Amino acid sequence: MIGGLFIYNHKGEVLISRVYRDDIGRNAVDAFRVNVIHARQQVRSPVTNIARTSFFHIKRSNIWLAAVTKQNVNAAMVFEFLYKMCDVMSAYFGKISEENIKNNFVLIYELLDEILDFGYPQNSETGALKTFITQQGIKGQTKEEQSQITSQVTGQIGWRREGIKYRRNELFLDVLESVNLLMSPQGQVLSAHVSGRVVMKSYLSGMPECKFGMNDKIVIDKQGKGGTTDDPKKTSGKQSIAIDDCTFHQCVRLSKFDSERSISFIPPDGEYELMRYRTTKDIILPFRVIPLVREVGRTKLEVKVVIKSNFKPSLLAQKIEVRIPTPLNTSGVQVICMKGKAKYKASENAIVWKIKRMAGMKESQISAEIELLPTNDKKKWARPPISMNFEVPFAPSGLKVRYLKVFESKLNYSDHDVIKWVRYIGRSGIYETRC
Amino acid sequence: LKVINCCVWDPSGEIFELKAELNSDKKEKKKEAVKKVIASMTVGKDVSALFPDVVNCMQTDNLELKKLVYLYLMNYAKSQPDMAIMAVNTFVKDCEDPNPLIRALAVRTMGCIRVDKITEYLCEPLRKCLKDEDPYVRKTAAVCVAKLHDINAQLVEDQGFLDTLKDLISDSNPMVVANAVAALSEIAESHPNSNLLDLNPQTINKLLTALNECTEWGQIFILDCLANYMPRDDRESQSICERVTPRLSHANSAVVLSAVKVLMKFMEMLPKDLDYYGTLLKKLAPPLVTLLSAEPELQYVALRNINLIVQKRPEILKHEMKVFFVKYNDPIYVKLEKLDIMIRLASQANIAQVLAELKEYATEVDVDFVRKAVRAIGRCAIKVEQSAERCVSTLLDLIQTKVNYVVQEAIVVIKDIFRKYPNKYESVIATLCENLDSLDEPEARAAMIWIVGEYAERIDNADELLESFLEGFHDESTQVQLQLLTAIVKLFLKKPTETQELVQQVLSLATQDSDNPDLRDRGYIYWRLLSTDPVAAKEVVLAEKPLISEETDLIEPTLLEELICHIGTLASVYHKPPSAFVEGSRGVQHKRLPARMGAGLGAAPAAMPASLGGAPAVGGGLGDLFDLGGGVGMPTGSYVAPKTAWLLAMKAKGLEISGTFARRGGIIQMDLSLTNKAMSVMTDFAIQFNRNSFGLAPAGPMQVLTPLSPNQTIDVSLPLSMSGPVMKMEPLNNLQVAVKNNIDVFYFSCQYPLSLLFVEDGKMDRQVFLATWKDIPNDNEAQFQIKDIHLNSDVASNKLQGSNIFTIAKRTVEGQDMLYQSVKLTNGIWVLAEMRIQTGNPNYTKTNGFRDCMQKQMYDSTSVVRFSSK
Repeated sequence: MIGGLFIYNHKGEVLISRVYRDDIGRNAVDAFRVNVIHARQQVRSPVTNIARTSFFHIKRSNIWLAAVTKQNVNAAMVFEFLYKMCDVMSAYFGKISEENIKNNFVLIYELLDEILDFGYPQNSETGALKTFITQQGIKGQTKEEQSQITSQVTGQIGWRREGIKYRRNELFLDVLESVNLLMSPQGQVLSAHVSGRVVMKSYLSGMPECKFGMNDKIVIDKQGKGGTTDDPKKTSGKQSIAIDDCTFHQCVRLSKFDSERSISFIPPDGEYELMRYRTTKDIILPFRVIPLVREVGRTKLEVKVVIKSNFKPSLLAQKIEVRIPTPLNTSGVQVICMKGKAKYKASENAIVWKIKRMAGMKESQISAEIELLPTNDKKKWARPPISMNFEVPFAPSGLKVRYLKVFESKLNYSDHDVIKWVRYIGRSGIYETRC
Repeated sequence: LKVINCCVWDPSGEIFELKAELNSDKKEKKKEAVKKVIASMTVGKDVSALFPDVVNCMQTDNLELKKLVYLYLMNYAKSQPDMAIMAVNTFVKDCEDPNPLIRALAVRTMGCIRVDKITEYLCEPLRKCLKDEDPYVRKTAAVCVAKLHDINAQLVEDQGFLDTLKDLISDSNPMVVANAVAALSEIAESHPNSNLLDLNPQTINKLLTALNECTEWGQIFILDCLANYMPRDDRESQSICERVTPRLSHANSAVVLSAVKVLMKFMEMLPKDLDYYGTLLKKLAPPLVTLLSAEPELQYVALRNINLIVQKRPEILKHEMKVFFVKYNDPIYVKLEKLDIMIRLASQANIAQVLAELKEYATEVDVDFVRKAVRAIGRCAIKVEQSAERCVSTLLDLIQTKVNYVVQEAIVVIKDIFRKYPNKYESVIATLCENLDSLDEPEARAAMIWIVGEYAERIDNADELLESFLEGFHDESTQVQLQLLTAIVKLFLKKPTETQELVQQVLSLATQDSDNPDLRDRGYIYWRLLSTDPVAAKEVVLAEKPLISEETDLIEPTLLEELICHIGTLASVYHKPPSAFVEGSRGVQHKRLPARMGAGLGAAPAAMPASLGGAPAVGGGLGDLFDLGGGVGMPTGSYVAPKTAWLLAMKAKGLEISGTFARRGGIIQMDLSLTNKAMSVMTDFAIQFNRNSFGLAPAGPMQVLTPLSPNQTIDVSLPLSMSGPVMKMEPLNNLQVAVKNNIDVFYFSCQYPLSLLFVEDGKMDRQVFLATWKDIPNDNEAQFQIKDIHLNSDVASNKLQGSNIFTIAKRTVEGQDMLYQSVKLTNGIWVLAEMRIQTGNPNYTKTNGFRDCMQKQMYDSTSVVRFSSK
């Protein structure tokens, strides 16, 4: 299991050091600094073995977190734990920065003592932790409160405490999708997928039982079959989508999903990620990029890029940004665009073209002349792909929320009393067109 | 004196100041001071001098302060064991606190203090906490047992904590179960032979229930533990798989990977024609692909594991090539791993896409990545014949870029392509030759020289090209030198008239001016061949070469199997068995995949621990052969050990089995006593053995004719044959047995004496003996002393003959009798022994040698010792 956990600043100074196992000595702290943080090369592997000690490391802004072990630990678990550790710290004191860590080191030690015991990860749900790691002592608690805390920390529903009350029962669902594309210069889709998340903000009283439904093809086909003589194509048709795979928050009953494909759960209080999913079929690609690069002699490049929006004209895409890479030996760039603003950024070796808004089924174009310095470098310019960023108010996968039902039998409110909000946001993930 | 001390350690007076603050009356000031101490500790300053002052702050009702003091204690108690005792009272008191959080904190911290005196005091509070009414305290105490075991394993056993821990597996609280499983798994790892984690269908069921309820981490502990279980049959295997598959949708990647591990392992047991088998294969692909949208570090872990999975079961991901395409912004470690998997998945169906991608990658910036991409193109050519032509032309395009390392890498792979498709692409040689001067890496130079030598007859200026390399012969690396030597000899054999001088030159360089023995030897061999029989030389040097295989860089199958059992762990990331990077006994035990269910009970007994009890004491087995208990007398046949209990009634629902082995008239028999200690009648007995080192197997069914009524004992003699499947066991003579009756199937393992396997015709010819004795390498020799045997050499010799140990010769040197003996095993291995008996001294020394050309490699030297001891 995890033998020790260290946090460093970018210079390699130790901010936090907690050792759980006897086989990890003080020299491990230095070994990591010398071999990884101070190494000249960029990180070649997130797991580094130095003198039979393995270091798992991640970086958040300029802070390094490293877990150390001498055993054959579950590597995936260690990384998941490090990410979780970051989540917990952010939930307590915001951004993970050197200053925040220094100011909260007592709290961090207290957390580390609680969520890792002898190197074994323990309950690390912030909801539960915040009930008893408060930095204020626990003197005032009654016996009932104490046993409520312990049963929550160890219990089946470790992510929610009892006795939550809201005057207004309300929930917000955000369907956040990032659409990823890799397209060949000829406009052929090399790979495309949507990775989506359903984020829920719940402000519900008591221990509500929830059931979430979406236009999942498997579910809808099943219902179609269950129905009378309806043609299954009629019920499913275009409205349903094929989900390649999905994963759920700890609160969702997985065995129920596996057997009935129904998503039921008791949600944590406040904001959390209910599910993640991935689709690859019938994706609506909101934009198409058509590049044209022409080399005019050895010292000049002509670039023309057309973008086409491909969604309902009534919808508006926002924050559109097209990034056209330029060679390292660029000496000057002249740009002409009909819409938005374009600028050559020498430090980033790219032309950045920004458009604030663009409706569906429109087209826009940019052309640029790039002057090059003559070089005798034999190596050709690698021609990195043209990348794009945008935000659209729909889900490119076609996912629709069908319902989210709330049942709380003990308290006096029904599904109808809950105010529900649903929002769809589609963003670009890695959206690249080769040129 | 104290002040002086402080000055020595602490010129700034910081420690002195802190000391004063720690002893302050004001609570706030105290707390701030402790915080400062911890801060100093973190950055590595030695603040151990403050030990008594910090410990004084321990008795407080301020929990935050208490935790800080505990943190300090954990760090420094070891260096100040005597003073650490001061803290014991507070700990013991805190363990009784009405607040469960404080009880847990105390027991958690106490377990982290590695001071013997403190651990003594820990036992009582720990015992109470293991049975605490509050689950939070119990889950903490469970982990504390593992901590204590790490400090003092004996103490944990003596105090019976292991049993209490086992009981916690049935606890009502899922987190307690999970922590108990984690603790037991860890303890069991350091006792590979113990039966600590007594996994049986009942406990498995409990674990599977807890799996649905506990935290994500707990699920990982449980899944990792489940992976060590061997289901009894394919039905059980399937039902576990069915209950594990829902975990594939968990948001935590580690839960997913551990579930994949369980499924990959148990799948081995499912018949391939089963519908469920196909369903399971289909279910595995999507979650594996989803892992690739995790954070880059986890992607890396996932990719390293997927690399293993596609080698073991390529069918799972064969349609998912696209997800492994490299993204421009992927970290380099993700890029390299994706590339590796792409090559493994390349097939005729997707080769066009793969090649287009690889061509893109070859123009990237990172040198390692580009090289790997170029190499990958070559590997595609070798793997998918239809694509070879396109690959070659792609490689030629890349050579035209003149980027030095791209060119070199391309030449290395083209050499392999030539070997795979001889006489097909030689037209490109001219292009390659143009780049001769730019090659500066040994591998590329060697590859190019090989090409020139191999195709010397088609290259007009081959002699000039090779001669140009010869100038700096001594500065080349060995690889290049060897290749140059061979190439010039090839050239000479093909064009003897013009190249005589050249070949003389290289032969003299290799044989006279070089210090490298390999090079000299090869040089001399060529020289002699050429001077004695040029025709033979031609046959040897220009012989047709075997084709190279399609798949390269595959992990060796047994290692792959072991790594599959370690999916998700560091071993699967390093692609090395745990023993390669873990110190000490932990993780050294090699894991295996279960065997597919072929014939009935076939693989089932593998579920048992590898052995019960350690290896027999060296020499003890020898003593047995002398039949010390049997008094004096002439040989009465081979030694038969008394029956020992193999299966206890408690563990086998009332069936008790004791037994022994005997060799009677050349037939090996297993003598069993079956006792029914249950309340009902037992019927339908059957027996099966697991694969074992010498292929022991029942020669016929076990004959228990009458039903076994309660309290009845029946003796059965089961003849054994040596025709069963062979697999090396640890220890060598371990035998895993499954016995079935109308109630259930039971497993046990026992060890048979190796003398059982000594055959009657084990008497070696004297001359053969003499010759063989000399041939035995020292490594295969072992010596033992046998004490307290009052037999003279003749009696000993007779007695041993009863067990088929034959005396070949005897001589007397300086009052010592030397007996030379031979033994032959059923599988044809010979053991030769020299026995020295000092008359009047009851101690014998026996030197055993061991010879068998075929089998030798199967047993490493340690097992030889054990082997010979009998």
